[in-house]
Amino acid sequence: MSNSERPNQLFRNLNAKIASIPMVLTALVVFVGGTAWTVLYSFTNSKLLPRLNFVGLDQYHRLWSTSRWLVSIENLLIYGVISLVFSLVIGFLLAALLDQKIRFEDTFRTIFLYPFALSFIVTGLVWQWLLNPDFGVQRVVRDLGWTSFSFDPLYNSSIVIYGISIAALWQGTGLIMCLMLAGLRGIDEDIWKAARVDGIPAWKTYLFIIIPMMRPVFITTLVIIAAGIVKVYDLVVAQTSGGPGIASEVPAKYVYDYMFFAQNLGQGFAASTMMLLSVVIVIVPWAYLEFGGKKRG
Amino acid sequence: MRYKFLTAAFAATVALNFAGPAAATDLEVTHWWTSGGEAAAVAELAKAFDATGNHWVDGAIAGSGGTARPIMISRITGGDPMGATQFNHGRQAEELVQAGLMRDLTDIATKDKWTEIVRPKSLLDSCTIDGKIYCVPVNIHSWQWLWLSNEAFQKAGVPTPKDWNEFVAAAPALEKAGIIPLAVGGQPWQASGAFDVLLAAVGGTDTFLKVYKDKDAKFAAGPEIAKVFKAADDARKMAKNTNVQDWNQATNLVITGKAGGQIMGDWAQGEFQVAGKTAGKDYTCLPGLGLNEVIATGGDAFYFPRLKDEAKSKAQEVLAETLLDPKTQVAFNLKKGSLPVRGDVDLNAANDCMKKGLAILAKGAVIPWTDQLLSQDSQKQKEDLFSEFFAKPDMSVEEAQKRFADIIASAD
Repeated sequence: MSNSERPNQLFRNLNAKIASIPMVLTALVVFVGGTAWTVLYSFTNSKLLPRLNFVGLDQYHRLWSTSRWLVSIENLLIYGVISLVFSLVIGFLLAALLDQKIRFEDTFRTIFLYPFALSFIVTGLVWQWLLNPDFGVQRVVRDLGWTSFSFDPLYNSSIVIYGISIAALWQGTGLIMCLMLAGLRGIDEDIWKAARVDGIPAWKTYLFIIIPMMRPVFITTLVIIAAGIVKVYDLVVAQTSGGPGIASEVPAKYVYDYMFFAQNLGQGFAASTMMLLSVVIVIVPWAYLEFGGKKRG
Repeated sequence: MRYKFLTAAFAATVALNFAGPAAATDLEVTHWWTSGGEAAAVAELAKAFDATGNHWVDGAIAGSGGTARPIMISRITGGDPMGATQFNHGRQAEELVQAGLMRDLTDIATKDKWTEIVRPKSLLDSCTIDGKIYCVPVNIHSWQWLWLSNEAFQKAGVPTPKDWNEFVAAAPALEKAGIIPLAVGGQPWQASGAFDVLLAAVGGTDTFLKVYKDKDAKFAAGPEIAKVFKAADDARKMAKNTNVQDWNQATNLVITGKAGGQIMGDWAQGEFQVAGKTAGKDYTCLPGLGLNEVIATGGDAFYFPRLKDEAKSKAQEVLAETLLDPKTQVAFNLKKGSLPVRGDVDLNAANDCMKKGLAILAKGAVIPWTDQLLSQDSQKQKEDLFSEFFAKPDMSVEEAQKRFADIIASAD
């Protein structure tokens, strides 16, 4: 490409570029601008109203010595690992099973995807009732005659986060299944035929041929799940409001509570900056590998 | 043509004249009074305000103050202020006032001589910032009450306790009868409030003030407070089987005799009333847990955001006057179970518990409450600590006290 053609490059597809200006501006002002503002004010001692009175790293220091924040981080890690692993595994298994040209596939797909139509608040309430020892699963099993049966994850500090994860999986797995199914359908029939001719067992074909071919689908899924993990808030509020005690607190709830209940914007901003940082730590290496690699190839 | 125009003009003037004095201005009032007793009380305020020819637009926000306040604050800071809003007087709205978002009521206050009629004086003090008055206190709410179900104690075969220590001693008997000794709901402010009550009752008034007013962290780590934490540990053990969230559900456990008692503010009384229970016969109330008979002068107040609309500003003044009107005060507080903010009203209709409260008030045994002494930030940290403490049986008393002292050290 010679130098004289450069300007052309800039004005190529001019209409499309003009059309995307509003979105570019929104992204810059709302997302980047808002983020920068939040990070800046996290170094101040703003209370109810934002004020530029810098106190250095005080807010962060306090944040990391608060036991509620540490509990929140731990919960987020547990919740994150569980929803990542299980929704991927279950979602893929369900998709693979549905892909066996079974009868009533549409019906099953609808059933599995249905929970996704419910908001987290509704999901949370439904599971709050199901897991309530007085009228949920525990009661039903006990009424069947198994009187020593005990299942009350939402009222037990040490396992409450798993109770919340159950609801999250129930709600989110259907979507993952659909994405995976779409990915599986995108695989050429001929690949399967070739594998069969070579006498490769089905599970091996999935593991070593199909899954590597579905890489883009997996990456999309991963981003969707990861975003869902970091921002988890309403599910916890609906199910336990952070309880018992502070056992099921999550970072997003810490941010909200300290910004609005405690009227301490600085502390809330510091916590949200830490959340952003954790996302950046995950995203940047991945983006580097993903997009940096294209230039080489 | 001309004739028609004149008629129209004439008609318009008549209509204007007509509408002038009776103009009903809509004023939206936000509050978090949504439980049975509270809703009945707020209806009295609305009735009194509507009687002045204006219109009370009810903006109730469910989910108690913790949920409601952020909504109210973001409406005010976001430029969509309501006509008037409830806060607990004290420091909740402090910054809104400092930012000039709230209306200065000093003129109305001087005109109506609020300083003379409002009692105790500390109420108006907590509405005053830099010498100007910004809110109208409507009631006195005290946290220092232990509500006991007579039925529960009968069932357990022990006499109804007369103070906290007897209550703790009676706990095993209650448990044996399948009754939860102490009901503490899961909302964080309940555990935190119960501790503050214990602090004032077990520790005494001076201890309470030393911790929350002087913010003496060394004292908070000392043996005096260790005694209070010991009592809190008892409370935690007694409350371990409560599986409810909201305070009124916890009160309901006491009303139905499923729980022995509850440490809760006098707003719980409204629930007993709605359930048709009689003080003294069906339930017993012990101010200051029967140990230290004081009441805190926390409570509710109305703040008026600055508005541009003339008519609405006028209506705000009318509402401010209505709220302090003796008749409104009586009607509202009887339903609410709280004490009126003026001493010159007739409260013959008050029940046993309210009379106890009035007597303590008349004696002047009052303390300021945490809403007035601590910032919301410190309050929230305290709530986090005590909701963890009450929900986690393996958290040691020493650890909790150490963290409490840390909060006091950084409190503002």
